[in-house]
Amino acid sequence: MKYFLLTIWFGFLLHSAPLAQAEEMRLAVTTSFHNSGLSKLLLPKIKRDTGIDVHLLVVGTGQALKLGRAGDVDAILVHSRLAEDAFIADGFAPYRREIMYNDFVLVGPETDPANIQNATSAAQAFERIWKTKSPFVSRGDNSGTHLKEMALWASMSSDTSSFTPDWYRAAGAGMGATLNTASAMNAYVMSDRASWLKFANKGALKLHYSGDPVLFNQYAYLPVSDDKHPHVQGAVARKLENWLVGSVAQNLIGNYTINGQHLFTPNGQ
Amino acid sequence: MVSDLLPVTAKGAVVRKGGKTILGPIDLAISGKGTTIVMGPNGSGKTTLLRLLHGLDRARDGSVSWNGAREDAHAAQAFIFQTPKMMRRSVLDNIAYPLRVRGASRKQARIKAEDWATRIGLGDALNRDAQALSGGERQKLALARALVTEPAILFLDEPTTNLDGGSTREIEDILSQALDTGTRLIMATHDIGQARRLADEVIFIHRGTMSAHQRATAFFEAPASQSAAAYLRGDIVE
Amino acid sequence: MNDLWRGLSEAVRLIVSLDAALIEIVLRSLQVTVSAVLIASLIGLPLGALIAVNRFRFRRATIALLNALMGLPPVVVGLIVYILLSRSGPFGVLGLLFTPTAMIIAQVIIITPLIASIAHQAIRDLWAEYHDLLISLNTTKRQRMATLIWDSRRSLLTASLAGFGRAIGEVGAIMIVGGNIDHVTRVLTTAIALETGKGDFGLALGLGFILIALAIVINLTIHTISQTERGGRW
Ligand SMILES: Nc1ncnc2c1ncn2[C@@H]1O[C@H](COP(=O)(O)OP(=O)(O)OP(=O)(O)O)[C@@H](O)[C@H]1O
Ligand SMILES: [Mg+2]
Repeated sequence: MKYFLLTIWFGFLLHSAPLAQAEEMRLAVTTSFHNSGLSKLLLPKIKRDTGIDVHLLVVGTGQALKLGRAGDVDAILVHSRLAEDAFIADGFAPYRREIMYNDFVLVGPETDPANIQNATSAAQAFERIWKTKSPFVSRGDNSGTHLKEMALWASMSSDTSSFTPDWYRAAGAGMGATLNTASAMNAYVMSDRASWLKFANKGALKLHYSGDPVLFNQYAYLPVSDDKHPHVQGAVARKLENWLVGSVAQNLIGNYTINGQHLFTPNGQ
Repeated sequence: MVSDLLPVTAKGAVVRKGGKTILGPIDLAISGKGTTIVMGPNGSGKTTLLRLLHGLDRARDGSVSWNGAREDAHAAQAFIFQTPKMMRRSVLDNIAYPLRVRGASRKQARIKAEDWATRIGLGDALNRDAQALSGGERQKLALARALVTEPAILFLDEPTTNLDGGSTREIEDILSQALDTGTRLIMATHDIGQARRLADEVIFIHRGTMSAHQRATAFFEAPASQSAAAYLRGDIVE
Repeated sequence: MNDLWRGLSEAVRLIVSLDAALIEIVLRSLQVTVSAVLIASLIGLPLGALIAVNRFRFRRATIALLNALMGLPPVVVGLIVYILLSRSGPFGVLGLLFTPTAMIIAQVIIITPLIASIAHQAIRDLWAEYHDLLISLNTTKRQRMATLIWDSRRSLLTASLAGFGRAIGEVGAIMIVGGNIDHVTRVLTTAIALETGKGDFGLALGLGFILIALAIVINLTIHTISQTERGGRW
């Protein structure tokens, strides 16, 4: 009886082992990209057009870069220009290829206590939140979104480490969870537009500010250097790259909507 | 076979536990055939003496030696504990266990175990959980489990304490059959009648020391110590 | 409170509709965790017996270490396994990172101390009971360990089930070493973490209820098969 069960078990293990026939590659993408739902649309099309099975690792930007450096993925799709340039400078990717961009939006309590809705720039909006010490929830996880937020605070020469937790809360969580936190605390929060729309506003938050070009969020695809890591699937990664900047993918990206709103602007070439 | 292992000699053997001496120093030699009965009041050290000879308790001072290697001697012995230890197994598997340990096949061991269980009067309880047996049934099982390996030397620590007259009789019959096949018995008992029936020689322990070691006839006629004489008279001996 | 109801109805919907994606991740959860429990039991049970029966020099230290390892945060285990299995790590050439095998390895490390520790306690108690008998019967160390393991199998089953409970609900380590890749390494717990991250608490809770139900069903099944409550003597 016991042996019988064990046999079944190992049969089950063998059966469920992946059949490694199709081309496979690992792609680390940021949480915000995955949460937009775009990957659900693209993956089957990639399979159909190129035959590649893309294994998505959905992680923060910091971890995506780390995975790339270690050679544990074949390519990364991230949105943090400074970090990307350093990644290339260190030789972990030969280049970066821009695919598309979306933008960040500032969301906050319905009453907009800091009055950011008629701010003239993102910097001014941030300054008003800071001056009024209105509650603000930060991702606080070194993600691309977090880095962007820090850059904006820095532009008005405010050091976030001097912010007191009575109004500035670092959630240390993904975008969805951070939006939930902000909603629960009725606080301001900076989110990528896709996550905000997907979040479908479960509380009483409202989009108050968007449109400043500094809030644009450029996604780039970086194939991991196969000089640095010879086992990396360089050819497959390039095949995917060419597909992503091709007309099929660019049209899919441009036409992707949530609740009738466009999320991404394709700019791959 | 017995003559291979005997005599067993203790020289100044002392057992200490919990910081105090509970037995010894003991000087003694056991040889020949038959049954050695160990008597003495409660707490005098009978169990400890048997355990010392069997090798379960070590002599802190002095020594116990068998005629031959200690390991070989130990392997040819069996021990029936004062409170029989039941394994969490069926009656059959309890009796078969010593044979399995000695490398017998499961099937052979069970055949032999079943035979012994029947002889001991547990034939109807083969598949019962040994831990659910009564006190007397446990003692019977322990006897079967000891005899199944046909030991050259069998230690018995008050094996019939929980048994009624009939069962005691059955056990004594089985013991005399074992004696006939050459098994040497070393047995502690409180039952003076049983001692008279079975003993070839008697060891009397009092307060951790051996106060008499005599042939049975001599012991019951003229015990070599005051305490033994008092004990046989039924006086309270401490 | 609203989310709780939504979670419950999500769970019912997923189960009633026999959602294909759900079945896939449930099966993968079981595959990973049951494998890990089998392997961890093969290591942990004899280890527990070894520590219970043998007096060796670092015995106390080993027990203390086992107890300490029981409280090891899974994330730390995940990180260590990640670093070892990473392409840049010592076992990188095996290419095990982000596979179910890597998840099994991490879970084995997490639950082996737990299983060994519970096994040690159970076997130590039985050893106290059997000590004189087994010594008297001239058993070898191997035979003692085998006997003790066999005769305490019910308590050991509890040890393994405790390991199962810890492993099936674990997310920190397998998230790191498995990567939560859809159709490859996504299991119930990582899916829950993912949905939570997206802010979809209803679906996350639904999956959570299914996880609880699964754990209960498995425990009940094992106990029924082994008849532990009916005083069976298996
Ligand atoms: N582990 C121990 N630590 C301390 N004292 C012990 C230990 N084991 C036995 N003793 C003591 O040693 C003495 C002798 O014990 P032993 O069991 O040999 O007596 P006994 O003659 O078999 O008595 P009984 O007729 O009651 O079975 C007793 O006083 C007992 O309390
Ligand atoms: Mg006694």
